[in-house]
Amino acid sequence: MKFKEFPKGGKFGRFGGQYVPETLMPAVQELDKSYRKFKSDRNFKAELKHLLSNYAGRPTPLFFAGNLTKKCGGAKIYLKREDLLHGGAHKINNTLGQALLAKRMGKSRIIAETGAGQHGVATAMACALLGLKAEIYMGSEDVRRQNLNVFRMKLLGAEVHTVESGSKTLKDAINEAMRDWVTNLPTTYYLIGSVVGPHPYPMIVRDFQSVIGEEIKKQFRSITKGYPTAAVGCVGGGSNAMGTFYPLLDTPTKLVGVEAGGKGLGTGQHSASIGAGTEGVFHGMLTYVLQDEHGQVKETHSISAGLDYPGVGPEHSFLHVEKRVDYVSVTDDEAAKAFLELSRAEGILPALEPSHAVAHAMKMAKRMKKDESLVVTLSGRGDKDVGIIADYLGENI
Amino acid sequence: MLVGFITAGDPGPDATFDIAAALVDGGVDIIELGIPFSDPIADGPTIQASSLRALNAGVTPPMVLEMADQIARSLNVPVVILTYYNPIFKMGDERFLKLALRSGVSGIVVPDLPPEESTGYRKFAQKEGIDTIYLATPSTNPKRLSNIVSATKGFLYVVPLFGVTGARESFDAYSGRVVREIVGKVDRKVPVAVGFGISKAEHVRSFVDQGADSVIVGSAIVRTIERNLNDRKKMLNELEGLAKDLSSIRTS
Ligand SMILES: Cc1ncc(COP(=O)(O)O)c(C=O)c1O
Repeated sequence: MKFKEFPKGGKFGRFGGQYVPETLMPAVQELDKSYRKFKSDRNFKAELKHLLSNYAGRPTPLFFAGNLTKKCGGAKIYLKREDLLHGGAHKINNTLGQALLAKRMGKSRIIAETGAGQHGVATAMACALLGLKAEIYMGSEDVRRQNLNVFRMKLLGAEVHTVESGSKTLKDAINEAMRDWVTNLPTTYYLIGSVVGPHPYPMIVRDFQSVIGEEIKKQFRSITKGYPTAAVGCVGGGSNAMGTFYPLLDTPTKLVGVEAGGKGLGTGQHSASIGAGTEGVFHGMLTYVLQDEHGQVKETHSISAGLDYPGVGPEHSFLHVEKRVDYVSVTDDEAAKAFLELSRAEGILPALEPSHAVAHAMKMAKRMKKDESLVVTLSGRGDKDVGIIADYLGENI
Repeated sequence: MLVGFITAGDPGPDATFDIAAALVDGGVDIIELGIPFSDPIADGPTIQASSLRALNAGVTPPMVLEMADQIARSLNVPVVILTYYNPIFKMGDERFLKLALRSGVSGIVVPDLPPEESTGYRKFAQKEGIDTIYLATPSTNPKRLSNIVSATKGFLYVVPLFGVTGARESFDAYSGRVVREIVGKVDRKVPVAVGFGISKAEHVRSFVDQGADSVIVGSAIVRTIERNLNDRKKMLNELEGLAKDLSSIRTS
């Protein structure tokens, strides 16, 4: 199958689509049109490229993690260092792209949801840079566990709205952002932070994040002339993983997405939408959803706020049923352990989200041959998470 | 006609029939029963809270259809279901529609299922003889509107504003213009019902003056329920009073 040709008609196989209220239908259709127009516009591409290199810090290194490789005793482990980007996560790749798009569409007010706060920070940065007004929705539970990022957003000039409804996490922040969007449609651009939501968002965010995989391909070729044996990324909504995978879909590289296993899939306290969910329609898309037998969306759990989401990007659901990508999960404990191991082995503090990918990559590397290679996308740095790790270790800082 | 919306099973499954009966006694012509959903993105705080109360009371889609059955047969009024798409999707379009038909449901409104995503669903609905009610809003352009007018059955649900549900004190001038324009374009092909925000008889009058055939009142009713959670008798009295007041403006 030619995986890279999707979405077709707004869908990835049966997944995706535009399950949104009528008020939003003309808006998502207009967005689709504008995006297609600007995507191939020479000035737009040049401006984005300029900002990605000179503002965000691209290209990011593909670092051979020699100590970790030795420790695992198997495949060579490479880290794609998205943690070194401005803001500390891959999120800026997408926010710069969409903020430029919003500006060209004549929108002056940007709204966004955020879980860990990284997308909120990246949105606030792009908006400050481009002279746009940013308002960020964040669940009160996430405000509590990621309060450093809340203050960063405020310092960057964004307004932060605390969301008290539902589970008070990412899914409720998206609900509230959608309600704001319906209310303020004529002036407002909704800047979604992952490959989720109604078409064309999963495609737009994937395209802007694909710079990750494109660089991996190029950098890897200059090291070995081939493709990596495997590439691994963590999956919340799935944007860093999709950006890693998409350019590699038509290569022999084995692709693995790592979901948050929380306290274990058997406990019900996790966020593994593909691993333990069923097909449903949620946040404007048909995809795998953690839900009960009557279609009520469940509350989720993860040690990492950025993975704590009961849905997943529809393209991931598609790549799962088509068996092009393997989806696995890693528990809170395994992720925390990987956080500590990478910190000590390489002197890199990873965010808790990609610590899930690191944990699984280490398991895989041990089973792989020494002449094989594995790329892990390190989607963000761990500064925001040191308080959580301290709590986890029972230490006061 | 006056359409009264309530979240089914709010504040508990045993309350819904009595609430519907009070509304009908007060002059409500059609009962719209909402299936509570965990993530109601088109709803404001009032209906969000009612959904949460109903879910906490253990209300499920099959229970809502049973309530619909009882209301339709005992009160002899048409019952329309309002639900987000996921509860239908989870049960399966065909199974849900068959069960709805058996429960005496006349029509179904699915706010997050636009015509583009509902070709399959609509086929089953037509087969079962249940109306699929579509929405038109201020952002609906002329081309979409003409497709929606041909697709909708029973009535066209016109949302006169940018926003979510929630009782309003007043409407901006553009809301009246939106209704008048849509009524003009519908050209009597299907009845027009206006809903979202309506809380007073004067709102009813102004939309009827713009040519609406019906109005739908939701949050103003749900708010009355919420205000009287501890006194069922007072709740029912106030609901009947509200319905009397709103239906005092006789529409077509
Ligand atoms: C560092 C980091 N990685 C990953 C994620 C998860 O998002 P996605 O799955 O879209 O990459 C987040 C979200 O907040 C994040 O901050």
